[in-house]
Amino acid sequence: MENLGTLAVILAFALSVYSVLASLIGKWKNREFLVVSGERAVLAIWGLLTIASGYLVYALQTDDFRLAYVAGHSNRTMPALYKFTAWWGGQEGSLLLWSWILSSYAAIVVWQNRRKFRAMMPYVTATLMVVQAFFLLLISFPLSPFEVLAVGREVTSVADGRGLNPLLQYWTMAIHPPTLYLGYVGFVVPFAFAMGSLITRAPGDSWIHTTRRWTLVTWMFQSSGILLGAGWAYAVLGWGGYWGWDPVENASLLPWITATAFLHSVMMQEKKGMMKIWNIVLVSSTFFLCILGTALTRSGIVQSVHAFAQSPISRYFTTFLALGIALVVYLILDRLDYLKSESHLESVLSRESSFLFNNLILLASCFSILWGTLFPVISEAVTGEKISVDAPFFNRVNIPIGLFLLLLTGIGPLIAWRRSSLESLKKAFLWPSLGGLATVAVLIAFGVRHLYALMSFGLCAFVLWTIVIEFYKGATAIAAKTGQNLLAAMVELTHRNTRRYGGYLVHVGIVIMFIGFTGAAFNKDATREVAMNDTFEIGRYTLRVRDLQEGENDHYRWWHAPIEVLVGGAQIDTLQPEQRLYKGADRQASSVVSIRRRLHEDLYLNFAGMTNDGKRAVIQAYVFPLVSWIWVGFFVLLFGTLVCLVPSKIKYQFARTQIVGQVAAPARENAVGKNVG
Amino acid sequence: MHTYTKFGILVVVIIGTLAWLASGGISETATYYKTVAEIKNMGGDAHAKRLRVAGDVEDGSIQRNGRQVRFVLKQEADTLHVLYDGIEPLPDTFKGGAQAVADGRLQPDGTFHATKIQAKCASKYEAKPGQYKAKPAESGNKAAL
Repeated sequence: MENLGTLAVILAFALSVYSVLASLIGKWKNREFLVVSGERAVLAIWGLLTIASGYLVYALQTDDFRLAYVAGHSNRTMPALYKFTAWWGGQEGSLLLWSWILSSYAAIVVWQNRRKFRAMMPYVTATLMVVQAFFLLLISFPLSPFEVLAVGREVTSVADGRGLNPLLQYWTMAIHPPTLYLGYVGFVVPFAFAMGSLITRAPGDSWIHTTRRWTLVTWMFQSSGILLGAGWAYAVLGWGGYWGWDPVENASLLPWITATAFLHSVMMQEKKGMMKIWNIVLVSSTFFLCILGTALTRSGIVQSVHAFAQSPISRYFTTFLALGIALVVYLILDRLDYLKSESHLESVLSRESSFLFNNLILLASCFSILWGTLFPVISEAVTGEKISVDAPFFNRVNIPIGLFLLLLTGIGPLIAWRRSSLESLKKAFLWPSLGGLATVAVLIAFGVRHLYALMSFGLCAFVLWTIVIEFYKGATAIAAKTGQNLLAAMVELTHRNTRRYGGYLVHVGIVIMFIGFTGAAFNKDATREVAMNDTFEIGRYTLRVRDLQEGENDHYRWWHAPIEVLVGGAQIDTLQPEQRLYKGADRQASSVVSIRRRLHEDLYLNFAGMTNDGKRAVIQAYVFPLVSWIWVGFFVLLFGTLVCLVPSKIKYQFARTQIVGQVAAPARENAVGKNVG
Repeated sequence: MHTYTKFGILVVVIIGTLAWLASGGISETATYYKTVAEIKNMGGDAHAKRLRVAGDVEDGSIQRNGRQVRFVLKQEADTLHVLYDGIEPLPDTFKGGAQAVADGRLQPDGTFHATKIQAKCASKYEAKPGQYKAKPAESGNKAAL
């Protein structure tokens, strides 16, 4: 039966190669049926990969330990949910998930556009299928999920598998990797359309309109995946933080940053015909950073907490990256005339300028994170010494960047296109600036002296004020005309221009998250050895260890330390941090932290074990102010993104000059109106 | 002044500031990867730099004393005594026999004072199927075939 899976994958690989060839040859030789055949192959690939994935899931659920992958990542006692998540618990299976998600996206793209964009679709299909072929090549041959255990030429099995590491057996494992993949993989689609548009020199910006929704949805998944990882690390993995600037974390952030830059700079192209080259570069960079991220996560070329063994897989990825980048650079340089800007920067005080700074600063952040992540590789190549940089490096550079971005978030939406007069700026920003300064003054009065924290809170107030003014102004105008109440008017306002007001909501979410991040400036920590009924203090809490219990069940041994939390002498809560030692081959230890989450601060307790004499418990206590604002802000961001995806009630038409074609172009024999590849 | 000139100056100022912050950050946190054996051979230099050492945690060598944790990191024949007293909890994957990475400085007395400990993570992106195949044969598992 396992041959079914292997066969499906190899067949899918062959079909993906066929699809590339059929699409390209069909386009070049004007054979429509070949192009259609290439598109049908995309659908067939989806079917085959669904069969292959279905088989792997089935093998996991039925404990088919003849498969090496099942034996390596599953065992009999795991609940069905984790047997399912074991699909992506290891290298080969997660590559299969990657391929299946890509095939699903490709099938949707091909289906949605079966009657549209006929000129550029062959190139879109070809681009998607080249990526697909690459991943299928990996799982067909070197990294097959369907390898069987064998002794000599006989297939064997094992009585029980190793199972998924207990640290991964949480419900978040079911959603964090797939969500992140839906993001990573999704960025191929805008890239494919960009390539199609570039190669065919498609007039207008049709590829941007088409891919705006795709990019938004993909960006939404990527944001969700990143935040889920952070939330999981904080609550479950128990090292007391949500972001460690670990290489694998950084790898997921890099394409997110360029995608954010892209989502903003496309507005420049749509409204002013500017930044065309830049947008192609951005969307290509996002795609290549996704591939790089996938490579970094799996190859072990950079030491990481998500560390994996050194693997030859990096060779494949580097080659793929190098070839891809070379091709895109060639295409851009060859078609520079098509990518000429239609207008230019007229004033530093303009919305164009603020978008440019937005992009500049986001790319600076991306570059610094990439640099810091790859520093060991670069330094070893240059100096022979492997040098790594740590969280302080990333924070030093990215905190000022974040603050500047916050400032732009407030200024950008209110500044005019082309040029703004100082008068209009003063009017627009008077109250928000006063609000920001007032916030800073109040905080200083309360004893806050941390410079970055003051700047951050001040800017957050500034941005929130600008957004509230925008909603208020628009809603009152509508309410005056329609007689609705203010709240209904705000909904109507948003519905009329979901892109703009959904965007504002996303900004609100970001601001709330920044407030959450800023809380870290005030973190407290205390580690104590405590005996029964001993107390110790942290922040405004007094903690008393009530008891020290231990026990055992089928899966693990546990040590429990119920801790009373008192404020001002009165008990407000009991927290129960726990230590576990799992049975089974790995004897994996696991600390189950206990968190008291409140909007203004979290109290976080970790039971680190007993002292050597076994008489006292080692308790690590932390106070994390404002950290819940991060999760709240994320939900606001998510809501705002969904609002952006709702079609606006009114379609806005923008009058602007636009190059629609070239007449008598020299030396290329292009007839007007005909797309020649 | 021409618009592009103004813009260009602002860009240079921003990038310059960030580059200055970055280089400060690099020199502050630059940590050199060394193996246990290399540390022994580094001589005087070893005490001046921040180092990152990888190795295996020797079974049974982990001792906790309140916030302090002592253990021995070994790599083949070389061993290194490590002392960690940071505020972050030790990773759950940190135990005897695990692979660990310690960041910190070498003290004059030869112990390594670590400010950060990482240990190999849970996800099994490790042994290729080929490496795993050997085990069932060794353990003599001949389940129903």
